Amino acid sequence: MIEALPLHILSAFLFATGLAIVIIKRNAIVVLMGIELMLNASNVNLIVFNRMHPSTFDGQMFALFVIIVAVCETAVGLAIILRVYRFYKTSVPDHIQELKG
Amino acid sequence: MSSYSIILYGFILIALISAIGILAVNNVFKAALFLLTCLLSLAAIYVLCLAEFVAVTQILVYAGGVVVVIIFGIMLTTKLTGKPLEVKNGNLFPGLLAALAFASMLVKYQSMMATSTAELSTMSENLVSKTGVELMTNYVLPFELAGLLLLMALIGAAVTTRSTPE
Repeated sequence: MIEALPLHILSAFLFATGLAIVIIKRNAIVVLMGIELMLNASNVNLIVFNRMHPSTFDGQMFALFVIIVAVCETAVGLAIILRVYRFYKTSVPDHIQELKG
Repeated sequence: MSSYSIILYGFILIALISAIGILAVNNVFKAALFLLTCLLSLAAIYVLCLAEFVAVTQILVYAGGVVVVIIFGIMLTTKLTGKPLEVKNGNLFPGLLAALAFASMLVKYQSMMATSTAELSTMSENLVSKTGVELMTNYVLPFELAGLLLLMALIGAAVTTRSTPE
């Protein structure tokens, strides 16, 4: 028997670390990693909630679909980052200041 | 303290330390390796929470897919200009302040919740086959829609990165 609270606290700290990475780091790929970390923090919570009600599978199913959407986001995000890098020769999001192609 | 909780707390510690490592290192490649460590220890935590199917999906999709794609991205972007992989930090104080505020809010709310002190049951009737049956009966529509979304995203990514003839 384990308590659920340590896992909730782990999830909270993972989410906060992801938020800090998104705000602080000045590289588009590392910002993408921070978003992945935040999505994983939500997944931890979903798994623990599913463990509290073992007769249903809702939490696990939600976690699976979160993983699928995260994969889509990474693929499209990296494609856009590569395209922008080829055009502007930078991957610092603040340096990309014009929209005209 | 049982061996179960010792292993669980060990993996929680590894996940936290490697998440902070992403924030601390200035090398993009090392950050990707820290992300890999964090995702694998989260998969171990899922196994300990008896969600084996999600754990295997986590290892296959994240460790085998997402991290590899991110490392490809790092290598391609550094190849284009030849600059080193260093990352600069900006907005250090507002970022840490927002993260601390968010973490304290979440921890306070979750420790106030009545259900969070409930103990998790560790009975092992949560089988992988039941997950698969559930996925193909009650959740078949979101499953198919997720497949469609994945196809659209991958085609979109391939079209976006193709080299256009000038």
